[in-house]
Amino acid sequence: MPQILVEDLAKTYRVAERDPGLLGAVKGLVHRRHRTVQALRDVSFSLEAGELLGFIGPNGAGKSTTIKILSGILKPDAGVVRVNGRVPFTDRIAHVSRIGVVFGQRTQLWWDLPVAEGFDLLADIYRVEPARYRANRDELVALLRLERVLDQPVRQLSLGQRMRAEIAAALLHEPDILFLDEPTIGLDAPSKLAVREVVRRLNRARGVTVLLTTHDMHDIEALAQRVIVIGHGQVLADSPFETLRANVLAERRLVVDFAHEAPDLASMALALPGVEVRRRKGQTLELAFDPARTPTPNLITALAAAHEVVDIHVGEPAIEEVIARFYDLHGAGEA
Amino acid sequence: MNSFHLILRYFSASLRSQLQYPGSAIMLGIGAFLTTIIDMLAAWALFDRFGQVQGWGLGHIAVFYGVVSTSFALTDFFTRGFDVFGGEFVKTGAFDRILLRPRSPALQLVGYEFRLSRFGRLAQALLVLFVGAAVVGVDWTPDKVLLLAWTITGGVALFTGLLVLQASFAFWTTESLEVFNVLTYGGIQAAQFPLSLYAAWFRNFLIFVVPLGCVAYYPVLAILDQPDPLGAPDWWLPTAPAMGFAFLAASFLAWRAGISRYTSTGS
Repeated sequence: MPQILVEDLAKTYRVAERDPGLLGAVKGLVHRRHRTVQALRDVSFSLEAGELLGFIGPNGAGKSTTIKILSGILKPDAGVVRVNGRVPFTDRIAHVSRIGVVFGQRTQLWWDLPVAEGFDLLADIYRVEPARYRANRDELVALLRLERVLDQPVRQLSLGQRMRAEIAAALLHEPDILFLDEPTIGLDAPSKLAVREVVRRLNRARGVTVLLTTHDMHDIEALAQRVIVIGHGQVLADSPFETLRANVLAERRLVVDFAHEAPDLASMALALPGVEVRRRKGQTLELAFDPARTPTPNLITALAAAHEVVDIHVGEPAIEEVIARFYDLHGAGEA
Repeated sequence: MNSFHLILRYFSASLRSQLQYPGSAIMLGIGAFLTTIIDMLAAWALFDRFGQVQGWGLGHIAVFYGVVSTSFALTDFFTRGFDVFGGEFVKTGAFDRILLRPRSPALQLVGYEFRLSRFGRLAQALLVLFVGAAVVGVDWTPDKVLLLAWTITGGVALFTGLLVLQASFAFWTTESLEVFNVLTYGGIQAAQFPLSLYAAWFRNFLIFVVPLGCVAYYPVLAILDQPDPLGAPDWWLPTAPAMGFAFLAASFLAWRAGISRYTSTGS
C-alpha cells in the first residue's frame, strides 16, 4: 500500500456572501446568502515513501485544500484518504505526530520566545525523547545554519531565517512525511536556495516523503521528481517534471543577432515548417520553433546562409510560461 | 511528558515572554487591582446610605463578592486563549496550527498564555473576601476552609465553562462575542449580591441557566452559617458548586461540536 493514498476526493465549501457596506453587514446578520465553491472535484493520486512530489496550480485550484485534508485538519465530503494507513481526520493525534507541516505564510513558533525555547516546547508537545531530541535538533541546526539565531526571539528574525527555523521546527519529531505549503514565498534568492537544498537533503538522506506546493517553478525544477498539476479541483497532469515539460511545450527558442537589421523571415522564402517569429527588433530576431519539425542545426544553417549572423542563442521557454500555457490548454486559468 | 507537565512548560514559556516587558506586567497588575477596588467602593457607597438590605450588610456583600471574584481571577490566569479565540485563532486560521499538533486543542489553548497581570485582581478579591469575613465574624474552621476551596473550584469550573462556550460560538461567528462579557463581568456584579434580593426570573437564570448562584450564593450561605431565606434545603448549600462542573461539561459538548464544524468547513 502506498504511503499516501487519495481516491476520488471531493470537497465543497459554502462561502457566506454579503453586500458591501454597513447595510450589507446588517442584512448579512438577518439573512445570509451562500455560494458553494467546489474546491476539489475528483482528486486521486498516490505517493510511495521517499518520493518528492510537487503540487502546482493557480490560486484557488485546490492545492491547499488537498494539503489540509492530508494533514487531518479538514474533512473531505467524499473520497478515500489514507496516510500511513490511517485516516487523517479521524485519527488526528496519531496522524499528526508522524507528519511535519510548514505553511509559508504562518508561523508555528512562538513570536516572543527565542527559537531554541520554541524548539524545546515543541519537543515536549510531540513527546520527543530528550536524547533523541538533542541529537536531532543539533543536526537540524547545523543543516539549516541556525546557530546564530537560536537565542533570538522569533519576531526579530528575517523572513529567510524564520523559514529555516520553521522547517527545523516541523522536523524535530522526525516525521515520515513533510508537507510544505509555499515554503519559499517572499524569500530572497539565497534563502530560497537554502530551503531547496535542505528539502533535497532531507528527502535523499533521511528518506522523508515530501509534498510541496509552490508558485515558484524553480522550486519544482530544482526539487520535484514528479509533478501534479491541479486546476479547478481536478488533477490535470501527474507525471515526471521533464515529461510534463516535453508534452506541454516541445517548443524551443532561437535568438539571433544579425550584423545588420534583422530580416523579415517571410522575405527569406526558406522552407522552415513550424518556425514562428516571436520578436523582431533592430538586429535581433527571436524565433519559436518545434525541433521535431525543423531540427535546430537546419534552422541555424539556413539563417546563417542567408544573412550575416553575429550571435546565436538557443533556449527553452521559461517554466512559468510552460505552466501558464498548460493552464490555458485546460481552461484552468486563475478563477 | 504528561498534560499537566506540559501546561507548566507552556506557562513558564508564557511567563518568560511576558517578563521581556516586566514594567508592563507590573503596571497591568496594579491597574487590575485598582479598577476592581472601584467595584467595592460602589457597594460601600450603597450600604453607607442604606445600612442594611433585607438583613445583609456590607460585610456579607464583601464575602459574596470576594468568593466569586476570586474564582474569576483564578480563571482569568489561564483562559486567555479561549477569550481571544475568535479573533486570534478562528479568523486568522491559527487554529489549524493547534490541530496540527498531537495534543488536545483545549490543552493547547490553556497553554496559550498565563496572564501574570491577573495577580492584581486576585489580590484584591482575596483581600475583600477575608476583610468581609472578619467583619461578619466567620470562624475559619477546617471544614469551612475546605468548603471555601470547593466553592472557588466550582466557580473556576463555571467561569472556564463560560469562556469555553464563548470560544465555541466563535466557530460559527468567527468573531469573539463581546456579549459574553455580560455573563462574566456582569455575572460577578450580579453574584456579589444575595440572590434573595433579585426578582424570581433573574434568580432562576442565575441558578438554572448560568449557575452563578450555585458557586457563590448557596455555598457562601453555608460559610456564613445562614439558612437560605428562600428555603433551599441545608444539604444543597454546600453541594451547589458541583453545578459549575456540570456547566463546564456542557460547554465542552459545544466545544466539540464547534471543532467538528471547523474541520468540515475549514473556516
